[in-house]
Amino acid sequence: MDHATPGDRGFLAPDGGKNTLFSWIFSTDHKRIGLLYLSCILTMFAAGVVLGLTLRLKLITPGNHLLAPQTYNAIFTLHGVIMIFMVVIPSIPASFGNIFLPLQIGARDVSFPRLNLFSWWLYVAGATLALISIFTGNGPPDTGWTFYVPFAAKTTTNVSLAVVAVFVLGFSSILTGLNFITTIHRLRAPGLTWTRLPLFTWSLYATAWIQVLVTPVLGITAMLIFAERVLNLGLFDPGRGGDPLLYQHLFWIYSHPAVYIMILPAMGVISDIVPVFARKTIFGYKMIAFSSIAIAAAGSLVWAHHMFTSGMSDLAIWVFSLLTFIVAIPSAIKVFNWVATLHRGAIALEPPLLFALGFIFMFSVGGLTGLVQGAAGTDIHIHDTYFIVAHFHYVIFGGTGLGMFAAMHYWFPKIFGRMYGKSKAFLSFWIILAGMNLLYFPMFVLGLQGMPRRYYDYLPRYATGQFISTVGSWILAAGMALMFANLLASIRNGRPAGANPWGGATLEWSVASPPPKDNFESEPTVARGPYDFHGVVPSE
Amino acid sequence: MNEPKPQDGHGEHKDYAGAKMGMWLFLFTEILLFGGLFLLYSAYLHRYPAAFHEAGKTENLLLGSANTVILIASSFTVALSITALRLGRTRGCLVFLGLTVALALGFLVNKFFEWSAKFAAGLYPGSAHMKSLPAGENVFTGLYFAMTGLHGLHVLVGSVLLSVVAALVARGRVNAGDFVLLENAGLYWHLVDLIWIFLFPLFYLIA
Repeated sequence: MDHATPGDRGFLAPDGGKNTLFSWIFSTDHKRIGLLYLSCILTMFAAGVVLGLTLRLKLITPGNHLLAPQTYNAIFTLHGVIMIFMVVIPSIPASFGNIFLPLQIGARDVSFPRLNLFSWWLYVAGATLALISIFTGNGPPDTGWTFYVPFAAKTTTNVSLAVVAVFVLGFSSILTGLNFITTIHRLRAPGLTWTRLPLFTWSLYATAWIQVLVTPVLGITAMLIFAERVLNLGLFDPGRGGDPLLYQHLFWIYSHPAVYIMILPAMGVISDIVPVFARKTIFGYKMIAFSSIAIAAAGSLVWAHHMFTSGMSDLAIWVFSLLTFIVAIPSAIKVFNWVATLHRGAIALEPPLLFALGFIFMFSVGGLTGLVQGAAGTDIHIHDTYFIVAHFHYVIFGGTGLGMFAAMHYWFPKIFGRMYGKSKAFLSFWIILAGMNLLYFPMFVLGLQGMPRRYYDYLPRYATGQFISTVGSWILAAGMALMFANLLASIRNGRPAGANPWGGATLEWSVASPPPKDNFESEPTVARGPYDFHGVVPSE
Repeated sequence: MNEPKPQDGHGEHKDYAGAKMGMWLFLFTEILLFGGLFLLYSAYLHRYPAAFHEAGKTENLLLGSANTVILIASSFTVALSITALRLGRTRGCLVFLGLTVALALGFLVNKFFEWSAKFAAGLYPGSAHMKSLPAGENVFTGLYFAMTGLHGLHVLVGSVLLSVVAALVARGRVNAGDFVLLENAGLYWHLVDLIWIFLFPLFYLIA
């Protein structure tokens, strides 16, 4: 390996002189696979955003216009399926996790590079199947992303193919998780003890365990829907002794922990960003690392809080409600630790930190409103209303989404060796934050007033909130367009960035930007913590 | 632990412990995949204990027991094949792998006769007869087809996997110095066996 200079474009450099499509889609280099994931995920994200904007446009005024009711049902189903299974679940781990996990632990690649490529192919196959399910059969699925039986077993739309797609995507997610766990156990550089692991890596570790342990339950649940529809087993058919409630249990045994698959990596990103821009070691390293594991463990035991109104014993409701409150503790620990890290730091308000602060604000709103639903008494009032929609968009879009945007702005110079336009990044952040709150905050109010989720039409008294929300969706879209335009243009035209523009102390900042193909010239030895900034100077 | 040295000339570091760890994680996912079905089984057994007892009487205990013996024997032969390879006895290894695959196919043949008999009696998913069964018995039969069907699929995958590994052993690609693939295939096969050991009492001995 030659000495890598920033000029030779590192792993982005064409293989053997030619940058063919094949040299990317069959590459086992974790950095290329990560970029493949990132581009696919962002493409699917764009599709999901367009669907979401369409829904909002339909809802701008009450009445029967723009979309037929059946189309509306199909669009909210697709919006959910695409956003959950193809965007948010793979989002940070599959893209930035793939690129930076080996770099952060001083490894050449993940443990199973070919399996890594295979899991990307499975992702592509799953996404393709999902797209095919839209255009074939008896129309796109109209069940909502939850595929609740008995409707999912009876509807004539193309649910069978969609659940096969979900199964394939789940398999892809499992393989990524399995790969990451093994990599973190086996390939850490000498001296990189568990307590020197960057917190992003810690969060990937916790996430990977959830992926491995609960995604198979999604797999079997999807298979059972398929079996109900194709083989007519009757396992969930109340007329033949089956119980649809058991479907809901199985579904949420996966899908609740899945929200921690979505949020934990974003928390890891924030834990890495905050100390770098506060020029100060993270407050409570061990507690943040521990809380990731605690969230993963406790979060796997709370699924039935999605079912407080479905019919359960009072004892079960009480227990699941209590466990839900317990998950709030490690989440709050993280928020307090981030804020404590900023306290008396030498804060450099660069774009990544700004997005991280946006995350902390939005996640706090989303997290605290989550407790309103975790308490069974209040949940019965707001169950299946816009309040839920607002809550999870605050957590998942305001949290994971902004966390992903923060990661993009933090690692962009590392991946591409160039810097983006910072003033445009600042501007886009404020537009996004304003749009997001305008879009989702009215939904809290609408929900408390009784507006049910997923409804095609609504009473005139909800019209004001619905109107504001739709206007917010346009502002949000404009902000994101500006942000992506800025980043995309900077891939080619940004001014060259040094190896360590932010002054990060984790290992990925010790190699050139973009990182060389083989990552490290020789295996690094680690003798300090990930947030020990003594002697680390930013190099632009 | 005395780990074998890598054999290939790529200078690629082959991590045995890592490869086995990955396999164990994969086995966890398999257990959880079946776990969803075991969960359904236990919930329905709790609801319909009498019907499960009745429906369990229709199972062919003889074929079920034969299959249990077959799978346990095949777990033994696959373990022997690994030991044989470690001792450098490639032919012995191939013989034991062949035996394992033969036993797996025997299992599937038995399963074929079992299912044929059920189909002949009008008992198959979605059949009018199955739909007319009392609630608990319908659920039992549905679970029977789902669980033994998924398990049968795993037997099939396992025998293909073992055959592929046998071909690699024959070509010397998997050998006394580099046998983690065989070990992992063996682990998978033990899991297939283990799941059957739970399925057998749940369906055949419940009556």
